Amino acid sequence: MTDMSQIPGAAPTAKPKGGSLFEKDARTKRRNAAESRFKMYGIAAIGIGLLMLIVLVTNIVTAGTGAFQQTYLELDVDLKADKLDKKGNRNIEDIKKVSTFGYAPLISAALESEVKKLGIQTDLKPKAMGKILSKAAQAELRNYVLANPDEIGKTVSFRFLTNSRVDGYMKGRVSRESIANDKSISVEQLDFVDQLRDAGVLYKAFNPDFIFGADASDQRPEAAGIGVSMLGSLFMMFVVLALALPIGVAASIYLEEFAPQNRLTDIIEVNISNLAAVPSIVFGILGLAVFINYMHLPTSAPLVGGLVLTLMTLPTIIISTRASLKAVPPSIRDAALGVGASKMQAVFHHVLPLAAPGILTGTIIGLAQALGETAPLLLIGMVGFIASNPPDGIVAGFLSPNSAMPAQIYEWSKRADPAFYERAWGGIIILLIFLVTMNTIAVLLRRRFERRW
Amino acid sequence: MALSWLLLILLALAVIGYFAGRSRALASVGGDARDLHSLPSYYGYNVALTALVPAIGVLIVWLLAQPMIVNSTVSGLIPDQAIPEGSDRGLIMSEVRRVAYGLDGAVSSGAMTEAQAQDGDADIEILTKSLKDAGQVLTQDVTQPILVAAQKFRSMTSTGTIAMQVVVLALALLGAAFAYVRTHKEFRARNVVEQGVLALLLLAASIAILTTIGIVLSMLFETMNFFQLHSWKDFFFGSTWAPNFRGGSELSILPLLWGTLYISVIALLVAVPIGLFAAIYLSEYASGVTRSIAKPLLEILAGIPTIVYGLFALLTVGPALVSMFGDGGVLGVGWMASSNAVLTAGLVMGIMLIPFVSSLSDDIINAVPQSMRDGSLGLGATHSETVRNVILPAALPGIVGAILLAASRAIGETMIVVMAAGAIAKFSGNPFEAMTTITTRIVSQLTGDTDFASPETLVAFALGLTLFIITLGLNIFALYIVRKYREQYE
Repeated sequence: MTDMSQIPGAAPTAKPKGGSLFEKDARTKRRNAAESRFKMYGIAAIGIGLLMLIVLVTNIVTAGTGAFQQTYLELDVDLKADKLDKKGNRNIEDIKKVSTFGYAPLISAALESEVKKLGIQTDLKPKAMGKILSKAAQAELRNYVLANPDEIGKTVSFRFLTNSRVDGYMKGRVSRESIANDKSISVEQLDFVDQLRDAGVLYKAFNPDFIFGADASDQRPEAAGIGVSMLGSLFMMFVVLALALPIGVAASIYLEEFAPQNRLTDIIEVNISNLAAVPSIVFGILGLAVFINYMHLPTSAPLVGGLVLTLMTLPTIIISTRASLKAVPPSIRDAALGVGASKMQAVFHHVLPLAAPGILTGTIIGLAQALGETAPLLLIGMVGFIASNPPDGIVAGFLSPNSAMPAQIYEWSKRADPAFYERAWGGIIILLIFLVTMNTIAVLLRRRFERRW
Repeated sequence: MALSWLLLILLALAVIGYFAGRSRALASVGGDARDLHSLPSYYGYNVALTALVPAIGVLIVWLLAQPMIVNSTVSGLIPDQAIPEGSDRGLIMSEVRRVAYGLDGAVSSGAMTEAQAQDGDADIEILTKSLKDAGQVLTQDVTQPILVAAQKFRSMTSTGTIAMQVVVLALALLGAAFAYVRTHKEFRARNVVEQGVLALLLLAASIAILTTIGIVLSMLFETMNFFQLHSWKDFFFGSTWAPNFRGGSELSILPLLWGTLYISVIALLVAVPIGLFAAIYLSEYASGVTRSIAKPLLEILAGIPTIVYGLFALLTVGPALVSMFGDGGVLGVGWMASSNAVLTAGLVMGIMLIPFVSSLSDDIINAVPQSMRDGSLGLGATHSETVRNVILPAALPGIVGAILLAASRAIGETMIVVMAAGAIAKFSGNPFEAMTTITTRIVSQLTGDTDFASPETLVAFALGLTLFIITLGLNIFALYIVRKYREQYE
């Protein structure tokens, strides 16, 4: 007991050895300082982690949202019959003979008349004016004419994609200084773009082709879209779901409910935990060696990608399925066995339905993991393939070459034109939207169906 | 008949078998299910499973074995002198396959009759022309031996496919008939079906073993091929990585290993302190609310695909570092020439590993018994002293295990280094230089046109096997430590 409690109200005359409890001595101060320092380190560590998350997310959003908008130029094109249908018989075979190149004069003429109509003063020649449009514009016009041959001879209003430099200028990526050494656009053309913008015919708008369209070649970043590779990812996910879920659930049921304690079981368990930690690229090597070199399955096919990703996600699904089987209390099994069910019946009729929400959650998380995986896809040839046409039919969807979302993003990041970087970030936004949705569904499922026994 | 039709027929057979078996069992007791040994549906399942399982098993084995047998027979047909200089049997075989598929395509599109396709004495030039006219892709002109081999390939493949369909369907019918005949009220259908299902479950569980065997074998064979073409001494102990597709390459793993380890060490230098302090704070200091917000947010970092980190390194972190350390940068030091550098890849990989280290360490710190904390606090130690002198020493083995697991992740990581580390293999201590890693080289040697007879391609398998062994060793060791540590306190 301290002196204070014995002599209430009286201050101690002689200082006790340790000093007053109200006055911290140097050592206590040092220890307390160390304490708060230590705590600060912890807060700083978490702060850095969260800061990185914020930086990453803001970076993705600021760099990627541009891809969802594209600069368009509105033009009224006179579809001259004497150019497009020389014989005048509206025969589709004859119209097809006019190549994409043959449509260029129509667009230049339309641009020229538009300039006159708006009263824009420019020194540019019509050909240089046409350069601000995308190379995809002629193809777009040709496809329209081939689809609607009746429109020949009329004047139709079109919304054309502009060149990626013009688009970059409208988005602030390209400036008059940065194009000093750029052969594909000049300062005069940018002035012309300014005039068109002020006149209201050149504007930025939402670009659905980025989400649903096909990839384009190196020369036309403005026309590239992620839609076809999204289909490739979708078909891969079908394969993963169709194989990984039944195999994973069967394997988990065996290991959790039936496996005897023996060496085989041990080997299986060790294998599963090791496969979960094998680098993903090793699965790519396996896919290349077994599925492509040995079994001669088609290169770049979503089927092969799906098989590789199945092997990769199996451990994840097995681990989560086992956890949810384990969470079903033994009393359920005992009750079923007690009324005469066999062990198999108890598992399939009672334990499995109760574990289903947990299994589903684990499967969705496994699928999300597989959806974002890139490295194994590099080795089975899903990168470097230009996904320019959607697969025709379901069998072709599995077997014909395609890309996948992450592979497409990687492909764009390798191309020389910086306009593709914007698309890579945009692709990441779409990929992350898928992942976030899947994970949210998983969390909601868990909340909704979670049972406390 | 396509494979999908075969599968559909099998399925239909199984469904018919199910109802047939069920009704036969019921008929054997005059419709009173109580006299049966098992529930009626088990008799049905018995017929369906006996029809389906052996047939599908044979189908899978046949599909795997047939290409191998056909390939080896056909490649024996090609005389050695028919293989041109600088080519090999594998390349000729792929040409043979291409011609065979081309003939198939031409016949099915009607550009050629079956008799023309099978004509062994056909004029090569006319044949090549008609194949090309039919839109089939040929890389070189068809020669006589290739044509003969392709025709043999076609005939063997089609005979094999027909034989397979006959065998599989016969097996399914036999199985169904056998099980149907056995169906009787005394027959213990449930026991048989459950035995069968158990065998299927075991098979599913064994796929994990099959995958591991597949990984090891696929890399082992190609690695052995590689060591026949290239000296193993150079691979393990050489000092230069200089692949040259014209021959005379120097392919040593050591510079790659150096780059891999260097980047991994930088990543761990970022991830371990941050992750560990975050874990200590979350498990020892943070209130329930803070923990429930900060922990899932940190774990988002672990759920982001590596391609995103790769792009982040390539387009954001790299240029940012160059603007600091590069020529004319903020610091004015001019150390960094390009955004591809060890530091770029290491920093970003470190960010990726933060949640990995923190959640593993969090689990381990939480496993330290409360009595140890209480004892230390009761003796008058401050909270941080308790953490440093009691909890961390107690949790150390587990934390070492967590760090080893993180290291194995860093060594096997591919996308970040492929996009941000560069392609130059060298021994250098400068973190601002570009260096390359094992995974990067695997990707670059195996993408594009690959020739599986050249050491420059095959080296990727040797690299892959080495990577597999390193990460496997690290994982097993780390799991051993973590498990041993857990037992200590349980």
